[in-house]
Amino acid sequence: MDASTIDPMRPRLARVRSRRRDGPQVWTLEIDAGPEARSGFSAGQFNMLSALGVGEVPISFSGDPTEPRRIVHTIRAVGAVSTALAHLGVGATLGIRGPFGVGWPLAEAVGQDVVLVAGGLGLAPLRPAVYHLLAQRSRYGQITLLYGTRSPAEILFRRELNAWRRRADLSVEVTVDHALGAWDGHIGVVTALIERAHLAARHTTALVCGPEIMMRFAAEALAAALIPSESIYLSMERNMQCGVGLCGHCQFGGLLLCRDGPVIRYDRLRETLRVREL
Amino acid sequence: MMSAQMDAAQVLTGAGLDALLQVLKSRGLRTLGPKIRAGVIVYEEIASVADLPRGWTDEHSPGHYRLRRRDDAALFGYTVGPHSWKQFLHPARQCLWQARRDGAGEQPHFEPEPSDAQHFALIGVRACELRAIAIQDRVLLEADPQYRARRRDTFIVAVNCTVAGATCFCASMNAGPAVSDGFDLALTELTTSSEPLFVLRAGTDIGRAVLSELPRRPASDTEIARAAARVEDTAASMGRQMPSEDLPQRLLRNLEHPRWSEVAERCLACGNCTMVCPTCFCTSVEDSSDLTGTQLTRTRRWDSCFSADLTYLHGGSVRQSTRSRYRQWLTHKLATWPQQFGTSGCVGCGRCITWCPVGIDITVEASRIAAGESG
Ligand SMILES: Cc1cc2nc3c(=O)[nH]c(=O)nc-3n(C[C@H](O)[C@H](O)[C@H](O)COP(=O)(O)OP(=O)(O)OC[C@H]3O[C@@H](n4cnc5c(N)ncnc54)[C@H](O)[C@@H]3O)c2cc1C
Ligand code: SF4
Ligand code: SF4
Repeated sequence: MDASTIDPMRPRLARVRSRRRDGPQVWTLEIDAGPEARSGFSAGQFNMLSALGVGEVPISFSGDPTEPRRIVHTIRAVGAVSTALAHLGVGATLGIRGPFGVGWPLAEAVGQDVVLVAGGLGLAPLRPAVYHLLAQRSRYGQITLLYGTRSPAEILFRRELNAWRRRADLSVEVTVDHALGAWDGHIGVVTALIERAHLAARHTTALVCGPEIMMRFAAEALAAALIPSESIYLSMERNMQCGVGLCGHCQFGGLLLCRDGPVIRYDRLRETLRVREL
Repeated sequence: MMSAQMDAAQVLTGAGLDALLQVLKSRGLRTLGPKIRAGVIVYEEIASVADLPRGWTDEHSPGHYRLRRRDDAALFGYTVGPHSWKQFLHPARQCLWQARRDGAGEQPHFEPEPSDAQHFALIGVRACELRAIAIQDRVLLEADPQYRARRRDTFIVAVNCTVAGATCFCASMNAGPAVSDGFDLALTELTTSSEPLFVLRAGTDIGRAVLSELPRRPASDTEIARAAARVEDTAASMGRQMPSEDLPQRLLRNLEHPRWSEVAERCLACGNCTMVCPTCFCTSVEDSSDLTGTQLTRTRRWDSCFSADLTYLHGGSVRQSTRSRYRQWLTHKLATWPQQFGTSGCVGCGRCITWCPVGIDITVEASRIAAGESG
């Protein structure tokens, strides 16, 4: 089919191949989109997933981009659509459109150190970047993952994080806002981890994903650690309904975040992030 | 095929215009044009010249519109009403797809695309409206196949404006009042008495082919000069103007200007300005299913930056205040649209001024805000 005849608003039907719980209200689905599905995505891109008859929402890829035929998404049930999606059983049908957007600048970061800063569910859109970096480990310098979440119970991908922590070629630090009982890790906000990490400012690329307020403080902390704003990238979240820049919902000043982002370089955001209700 | 001789201006009478409508219909096109309905000029299906608003004009001021009799029988002696052509090319409601489940729990399947592709002939498209269509083309043509299908075969009969409305400012947006390109045929009305009279030019091969089927005669030099003079007079009598110098940068430097709060005190956030605007394109989608859950439908409808839901994120809307929504609307039109699509989002048609229930005027607000704190 010629690209111009494909309707980007028309989903393909797909089925849930497997499902696992990854945290409170968080499920990871592997999706089988059939043999004719477009395969391949880059880390940081997203799909529009439909719970049929309920609605459609943007969800980032959370799986391994080096396994292009496996479509994996991690979903937190917060409202009607995300709850319907997260509760789909194995074999259930859903709609899928994508991949959309511009992802993490992993090609540009070759030869650099990379620091990934995740807040809460923001770890899910960063996980494909970790897979990519580890698959091409020798092409990058120091790799650091800084992850902050509310409480120990909410730590995502726990087993995988533990495996990553045991690796010598990856440094992983986890912090929680508050902990009751057995937690011997960091307590406090993720920006404190940035201040403590020894980042080689001049040759580090920073990838940040989490709630907007956390990203703003993280970017400021990274800038204070002398990382140039041209080397800091944030994954921006706005209401998105089309994925191709025609519905108008995701405008952020001159940016259409679904088309120009969701990953945007910090120097293009610094001023506008300060404007309330933009 | 572009030869000056072929594009020599022709003269058409009322009968010639009727012949034009018949030729377009015989080519399978729905002829859409101006008609009076409930005291306003709207765009609807028209059957013949008799449907046109003969001898009527429209009076505009902020928050005010009224039809008035002209002292001649001009067919296009008004400016623009609340309708724009986007209602046909980018309809207010549109089904994106339908799917069916043969039984509960069964795998749904998509129903075939509805083949209701309609082909339009738009009659009486003004220069500002041609520009608005070109702007929506930039936004939608590539990304939206349904828009592309409707747009592809649209035949456009443009009309040069021979009167300017009091809320018009197309000249300062470089969008009118003379049409320059993007039309198949362009008319300039010379009607003075009871007999409609037009100078007519073709802009495309298909326009030339249609023209060749019409009863016509070559225009005289005097007629051509009279037509040009009428359009020049229109440009000179423009009701309003938009400041042009550095406008995008000046607006973006003033995102916290106190004027935003002042205008927000008057603005009702009704969204009228976005509904009547010929370039506004924002839409939302809605999913629905019938009671048995076997029929699934996704519908797209116009939305507006004045609605809270447009920016809804789990936990609340990004743009909570009317101030932020008005700011989004005005800065999008005049400052960020160029960054997104390489063109202004405003053509100076004045609809948003006329149809704002409280008469908020984009040219006044933009001037005040762009002038900075001291403004
Ligand atoms: C680029 C991008 C990537 C995302 N990736 C993930 C992910 O990997 N995992 C995940 O769990 N969530 C992700 N989200 C957030 C997810 O889209 C929302 O949680 C979801 O839309 C909530 O919809 P709802 O119907 O369940 O909730 P409700 O709060 O009832 O939302 C109603 C409607 O508002 C809109 N909406 C609400 N919240 C958001 C939001 N945060 N972002 C965009 N639209 C919203 C949607 O149209 C939604 O249908 C992502 C958002 C964006 C923009
Ligand atoms: S913003 Fe107002 S004047 Fe400009 S094109 Fe839209 S309706 Fe017309
Ligand atoms: S500017 Fe006028 S038309 Fe637009 S939302 Fe406000 S009150 Fe309504």
